[in-house]
Amino acid sequence: MKNWITIALILASANTLALSVDEIVSKANQAAYYSGADGIADVSMIITDASGGERSRAFRILRKNTGDETQKFYVYFKEPADVRRQVFMVWKEVEQGKDDSRWLFLPALNLVKPIAPGDKRTSFVGSDFVYEDVSGRALWEDTHELIEETDTHYIVKNTPNNPDAVDFSEYTVSIDKQTFLPMKAEYLDKNGKLFRRVEATRVETVQGYPTVIESRVDDLARGGHTINTFSNINYDTGLNERLFTERFLRRPPREATR
Amino acid sequence: MKHRLKKIGLIVLISPILFAADLEPSGFLDARYGIRTQSDPNSDQETLNELRLQLGSIWYHDLFTATVRSDFIYDSVNNLSDPIDLREFNILCSPLDWMDLKLGRQILTWGTGDLLFINDLFSKDWKSFFAGRDEEYLKAPSDALFISFFPTLGNIDIAYLPRFAPDRLIDGERFSYWNGTALSGTPLRTDEPNSDEIAARISRNFQGLELSAYGYSGHWKTPQGFDPASGKNTFPKLNVYGTSARRALLGGIANLEAGYYDSSDGVSDQVRLLVGYEHEIAQDLAGAAQYYTEQKCGDEESRHVLTLRLTQMLMNQNLTLCLFTYWSPSDQDGYLRPSATYKLSDHWKLETRGNIFFGKDNDTFFGQFQDNNNLSISARYSF
Repeated sequence: MKNWITIALILASANTLALSVDEIVSKANQAAYYSGADGIADVSMIITDASGGERSRAFRILRKNTGDETQKFYVYFKEPADVRRQVFMVWKEVEQGKDDSRWLFLPALNLVKPIAPGDKRTSFVGSDFVYEDVSGRALWEDTHELIEETDTHYIVKNTPNNPDAVDFSEYTVSIDKQTFLPMKAEYLDKNGKLFRRVEATRVETVQGYPTVIESRVDDLARGGHTINTFSNINYDTGLNERLFTERFLRRPPREATR
Repeated sequence: MKHRLKKIGLIVLISPILFAADLEPSGFLDARYGIRTQSDPNSDQETLNELRLQLGSIWYHDLFTATVRSDFIYDSVNNLSDPIDLREFNILCSPLDWMDLKLGRQILTWGTGDLLFINDLFSKDWKSFFAGRDEEYLKAPSDALFISFFPTLGNIDIAYLPRFAPDRLIDGERFSYWNGTALSGTPLRTDEPNSDEIAARISRNFQGLELSAYGYSGHWKTPQGFDPASGKNTFPKLNVYGTSARRALLGGIANLEAGYYDSSDGVSDQVRLLVGYEHEIAQDLAGAAQYYTEQKCGDEESRHVLTLRLTQMLMNQNLTLCLFTYWSPSDQDGYLRPSATYKLSDHWKLETRGNIFFGKDNDTFFGQFQDNNNLSISARYSF
C-alpha cells in the first residue's frame, strides 16, 4: 500500500516536472483571465505620473467566458466625473486573424460608437496599463520558453512572433507554481533594456479562485506607475450574455450600476 | 414666460426628490468665452460669454430608471435666451423582457456618420456647434416616446415625437446667415408646423456587420421653403427612407449610409450618401475620412463634401488635439474645427476651439458663415 502511494507521488511529481511550457502558459492564462464562468469586480485605479501628479479612475468590470477562450467584457465607468456612466465593451477573440470587437457608449450623446480594433498596446484610460493587460494577450502571439524553474515559480521568456506589432522585444513572466498566477512580467525594449514591469502585489483566494487583489505597473522608461485595486469580487454570478449587447450599453444593467 | 416658470417649477420640485433618493448626482460648472476673429457688420463681436451649471441625477429603481439632467445658464451675449436647458427628464422601463420604453425628454441618436447626418433626423443644435460649446451640445434634446423591441430577428426602435421640433438654427442671433439675397443678422422668421414626427430603425448584427434600415415621417428640420404671404420660412413635409452598414475592415471601421429624402411642397427629392473609414494611424493618433454627397432629383449638379478627422492624444491622454474639417469641392467652401483639450486634473478641463468657415461664395452651405469665424476658450469643473 505504502509503495503504491510512493509510486503515485513519484508519478504525480514526474507529471509536474513534465509540464511543458505550453501547458504552463496555458494554465497561467486561464488563472489570470478565465476564473469561473463569469466575474464581476470593482476596480480602483491610481495613476501617478513621473512628477508625482495623481489621477484616479473607478469602474466596474463584468466578464463572461463565452466559448473556446472567447470572452466578453463590460466596463462601466464611475469616476472621474467627466467619463461617468460611459461604458466600454469588448468581445474578445483569440483565434489568429480575428480582431476583437470594441464599443464605447457616450451617455451625453446617447451614442454607441464602435472603436477601431487598433493597437492593443495603447494605454488604457490614460494609465500605465495597456488594453492587452486588461483583456489578455493571445498565446499564439508569442514563442514561449521555460528558462528557469525555482521551488516556487516558473520563469517563462516570451518572444513576440510579430515584433513590429508591439513595443517590446521580449518579456519574462514569473508564474506561481501553486496558483499558476503570473506574478511579475518584465518587458525589454527593442534595445534589450528593461522598461516596463507589471506585478501582482496582493493575491487572495475568492470563492476558491486565486485572485489578484492589487496589481501595479511601472513605466521604468518615463517614470510613473499605476496601481489597480480590486474589490467586491464575485465569480459565477450567472451573468446573462445578453448584457453584453447594445441594448445594455444604452441602459446599464444593475449588475453594473449597483 | 408662463411656460418658463412652469419649467422652473418642475425642476425645483423634481430635483431634490431625485437627489434625496439617489444615487448618482453629478454635473459640471462650465465657463466659456468666444470671440469673432474678424468683424461682422450683422453681429456682435462676442459669440459666447456664458456660465453654465449642469446638474443631473439618476434613480435606479427595481422597476424603472429615472433620469434628470438640466443646464442652468447665465448668458451675457443674449440676455433673452432661456436660462434653463432641460437636457434629459425621462423614465425608462422594461415592461417586457424583450422591450424597453423611454418616455420624456431625451437625447436621440442613430446612424453611422461622423458629424454628418442622413438618417438621424433628431434635432441638432447648430448654434452650439458653431459657437464652440462641447460637442455633445450638437444634439438638442427631444420630447419623445422611444420604444425598443428586441426580438431574435434584430432590434427595432421607434421614436414618436408628439410635437415637431426643428433644429436649433443659425437664425441671426449670434451668427449671420444667407437670407436668399444677402448675408443677414436679422432674426430668421419661421413658421413651425404643428404636427408630430415618427422615426424608426431596424438593425441587426450579422457576424460583425451591423446593418440598419430607417424610416422617418415628419418635416425638414431646417427651413427649406418660404411662404410669401406670411414672410416666414417653412419646414415642408418630409419622409426619409434609408439604410446603413458598418463593420470592422482592415484594422479600421468602415461605414456606408444612404437615404432617400421624399419631400413635398415644391421641394425636390434628394438622394444622400456617405461612406467613411476610420483607422489608427499611429499610437494615440486616429484618422477618419468621409465622403458625402447629396443629389437633388432632376438636378444635374450635386453637392460633394469630404471630411477628415485627426485626433492626437498626448501626455498620458490628458491632452487631446483634434482637427475636424469639412471641405466641399463642388461648393468650394469648407469648415475647420480645430480644438485642444487639456485635463488639468480629474475635475478640471481646459479647452480651446476654433470654428473657421471659408468659401468662394456667400450663398453656399459653409460660405454663408464666413463672417462668423470664432475662437473660444473654456474651463470646466466636473463633479
